[in-house]
Amino acid sequence: MEWEVVIGLETHTQLQTNSKIFSGASVKYGAEPNTQACEVSLALPGVLPVLNKQAVHCAIKFGLAINAHIAPRSVFARKNYFYPDLPKGYQISQFELPVVGKGAITIQVPAAGKQEAYEKVVNITRAHLEEDAGKSVHGAVESMSGIDLNRAGTPLLEIVTEPDMRSAAEAVAYAKKLHELVQWIGICDGNMQEGSFRCDVNVSVRPKGSDKLGTRREIKNLNSFKFMTQAIEYETRWQIETLEDGGKIQQATVLFNPDTGETRAMRSKEEANDYRYFPDPDLLPLIITEADKARVSADMPELPAAMKARLEAQYGLSSYDANSLTSSRDLADYFIATITAGAEAKQTANWVMGSLSAKLNSEDKSISHSPISAEQLAQLLKRISDGTISNNAAKQVFEAMWQGEGEADAIIAAKGLKQESDSGAIEAIIDEVLAANAAMVEEFKAGKEKAFNALVGQAMKASKGKANPAQVNDILKKKLQA
Amino acid sequence: MALSIEDIKKVAHLARIEINENDANATLSKLSGILALIEQMQAVDTSGIEPMSHAQDLSQRLRDDVVTKTNLRDEFQKNAPILGNGSQEPAVAGGLYLVPKVIE
Amino acid sequence: MAKNDLSNGSLKSYADLLQSKQISSVELTQEFLARIHRYNPSINAFIALDEAKTLAQAKAADVRIASGKAAPLTGIPIAQKDIFCAKGWPTTCGSKMLANFVAPYDAHVISQFDAAGAVNLGKTNMDEFAMGSSNETSYFGGVKNPWSFDRVPGGSSGGSAAAVAARLCAAATGTDTGGSIRQPASLCGFTGLKPTYGVVSRFGMIAFASSLDQAGPMAKSAEDCALMMNVMAGFDERDSTSLDRAKEDYCRDLNKPLAGLKIGLPKEFFAEGLSADVGKVIGNSIAEYKKLGAEIIDISLPNTGLSIPVYYVLAPAEASSNLSRYDGVRYGHRADSYTDLMDMYCKSRAQGFGAEVKRRILIGTYVLSAGYYDAYYLKAQQIRRLIAQDFVEAFKQCDVIMGPAAPSTAFKAGEKVDDPVAMYLQDIYTISTNLAGLPGMSVPAGFANSNDGKALPVGLQIIGNYFDEARMLNVAHQYQQVTDWHNQAPSLPEGNA
Repeated sequence: MEWEVVIGLETHTQLQTNSKIFSGASVKYGAEPNTQACEVSLALPGVLPVLNKQAVHCAIKFGLAINAHIAPRSVFARKNYFYPDLPKGYQISQFELPVVGKGAITIQVPAAGKQEAYEKVVNITRAHLEEDAGKSVHGAVESMSGIDLNRAGTPLLEIVTEPDMRSAAEAVAYAKKLHELVQWIGICDGNMQEGSFRCDVNVSVRPKGSDKLGTRREIKNLNSFKFMTQAIEYETRWQIETLEDGGKIQQATVLFNPDTGETRAMRSKEEANDYRYFPDPDLLPLIITEADKARVSADMPELPAAMKARLEAQYGLSSYDANSLTSSRDLADYFIATITAGAEAKQTANWVMGSLSAKLNSEDKSISHSPISAEQLAQLLKRISDGTISNNAAKQVFEAMWQGEGEADAIIAAKGLKQESDSGAIEAIIDEVLAANAAMVEEFKAGKEKAFNALVGQAMKASKGKANPAQVNDILKKKLQA
Repeated sequence: MALSIEDIKKVAHLARIEINENDANATLSKLSGILALIEQMQAVDTSGIEPMSHAQDLSQRLRDDVVTKTNLRDEFQKNAPILGNGSQEPAVAGGLYLVPKVIE
Repeated sequence: MAKNDLSNGSLKSYADLLQSKQISSVELTQEFLARIHRYNPSINAFIALDEAKTLAQAKAADVRIASGKAAPLTGIPIAQKDIFCAKGWPTTCGSKMLANFVAPYDAHVISQFDAAGAVNLGKTNMDEFAMGSSNETSYFGGVKNPWSFDRVPGGSSGGSAAAVAARLCAAATGTDTGGSIRQPASLCGFTGLKPTYGVVSRFGMIAFASSLDQAGPMAKSAEDCALMMNVMAGFDERDSTSLDRAKEDYCRDLNKPLAGLKIGLPKEFFAEGLSADVGKVIGNSIAEYKKLGAEIIDISLPNTGLSIPVYYVLAPAEASSNLSRYDGVRYGHRADSYTDLMDMYCKSRAQGFGAEVKRRILIGTYVLSAGYYDAYYLKAQQIRRLIAQDFVEAFKQCDVIMGPAAPSTAFKAGEKVDDPVAMYLQDIYTISTNLAGLPGMSVPAGFANSNDGKALPVGLQIIGNYFDEARMLNVAHQYQQVTDWHNQAPSLPEGNA
């Protein structure tokens, strides 16, 4: 039988705020245990939550970015369950009335094997505000777990998709696109190692052609795209094999073990949960007006899709280039900064996506940590355009700039890379070359085109590579035709 | 909706309250009385009535995103419970609250 | 005022004595501490005293008075219900669960009294987590009704009630989720006010049912309550449900005449269930209001009979969730021995909570659980709106509503403790105002003789429209100008003199 995998994602994005969603405790990562756990984070008797304005703004931004319905009235609810990292015994979340309703994200699924690259729309069911839990630390004391509540109360936006994805590749393409988007609009730092962007993946399989959903298992807390691919592929295979062997899939929450590449059901979630959601009496309904949305909208950066269209229309970039350059806000910002500093667009696109990206990749650096700033790159590119240096020399200058040897002009001067563009000097060199290579001149005049190139080569050699090749071409042509 | 002993046990488990057989029986009779009182509500037709969660019809006030809290860990951990199981020490170590091993 | 009846003074009389330097705050405080030493061992109104802290506050108040910067309550000893976190004080909420908890921060109410220069006299006994109407669910034992030691003071603010009635403090704070200020005020014969929901911040007040809980004053007179309200009320940004309103002076209308006041009498408050002697006392007080020029209007609150069923869904539901934080992890009781995490939770909570609290947690968990939410919780919230709308209609016809605060006088200790439903009916006249969020008060209106011949206090309930506390205090104050029920104090059996 042919099987089809059906995938939906729930992504917890940590919102970029200074303080927690319901208290004034810091959310800075990496503090000593419980030093950022205030009385509200600890759920001491008598404490109360007050909602962080910035968290609400982040949610509105996301809603606007995916063209979603933003609820004029949404409600915070308590999700009740006991867990040591959940100090109140309930999590404040949103249940029936989330802040962000239906929206959509267009993803680009890359080519793989015979499959060509394609676009797909993934529908977003909802996104809601909630608080994060703390952490259980194992191994500090034998047979005990240690509870650190620094993270408890960190603001999260949980983004839930429809079960629209049909392969690990689509799921990862969606997750990457979402990862780029939340960073682009500045609501999440995207740091997956620190847990700022965590995905729960719901996976089920069904016979191809069936329109009924199979029983799903939820893979919890995937924090790398590589693990996501591995986990989905393993889980899909496992479910198909189980069904083909005549077994049944039990709904379950599973964890992915990166060491074995396998998934296994969580023991603590074995029992069916009954979360007893009800509206939190400590918090009033969240009202978002058109004016609130307009204010946030005015504060929004140009979105990637809009910027892509603009790069094509305004700068004549190819769809491929425009898409690549808008794959991250930092990259797009770098590109715009470079052309704003005077570099030509297409040339900038080639350099940014070519030499610069290659170099960054090889040293595992992000564009925001590029040793060559946009302004520095722009100076280099201008020197190519205005004929000061050749493309070859530019590569040397680029390397030197990467090593921190200074600005392009200084390096050109120090290394003596400036092209000879004085036509008098070039004429003198060419005259010498012509005189010394009378045989080649004859060959050329007899119709051998190759002889011309040889003469150019001789001239360049005589100039020690510094002559502007275009000028050498022009002058040589004129002299030979004279 | 008559309550059963199983209901009592299920609810006690959800609420993380240990309950023995005797307690469960006594609780069943008391809770059944309370539920009978509550059942009076079922006589009222409430179709179309907006539920009332709050005493006033107001909206949530928002707090500026400013860090106002300082580290009071030592102060707060003075209230840590006694570890138990033979130890009279507070259930904290290295700034962490100690609980029996959490199994995921 | 003579020093020998110092304990029976009004807040204003204390302020006058203090500010004219006829007495110091330390002396006044010591006077009350002496009474506490004498009578508290039998009454059990206070469960935490810290004389060093209390007297330090009194000394600081004397300095403030000397510097001429005294506020109306500066130097006056106030008893605080043990539901309010007070930094450095044991804060137990009447529970074994929090028997060793020392609050590391101040509730808004506590900081307001501190800022006013009032003296914290001690923490008062209460029903465990404010769940009860007799103070018998307290882990720290019951409280005696100062009018009759074999009877309960009412609850949940039973300690504060007995402390005010026995003149062990100048005034006290209470909280009222379903009647916990007004019912004990009625049973112990003093004046208690539950303000409009949101007028007093709940920050630092240990939650029972968050959408109903409201703190208020418990004092001898309406005037004292007004002075207390001036300290307690006010916006607090730490409580999302705190109302951002201009500060008001609750004393401003005390002396307005009542001529033309329209008093609504809901027929449902005088139906079956009200004891005849209480009904008679209430009737007399209504007659007194007529003499003051008030007009009596018969009204109806048709859904009021549903307030108890609705309350016993909503309050336990909220409580079951509010009390989940008591898990023995970060503070509070942890079982002595346990095998694993689940065992630790279940044992710690089974041991830390008393029977009534556990019952309410179970009921609350049940009504919220899968399959029952719509039939119970949602339905109760819908009927809550009907109850609130009854009041909206009623206040189109009258300025205030009056009736009994409790269906009977103080009952005997142990009488209802095994019958939760009978106990719940104690709050039949008070709960509907909590559900609606309206202000309500109980004012001493006379005495009814118990079957064993004891004269026991009866409270008249006054219910006002939202934010109408100043008018209610005026209505009560005018009554207290022509009656002296509020000045009656019980004669206490000799204590440890």
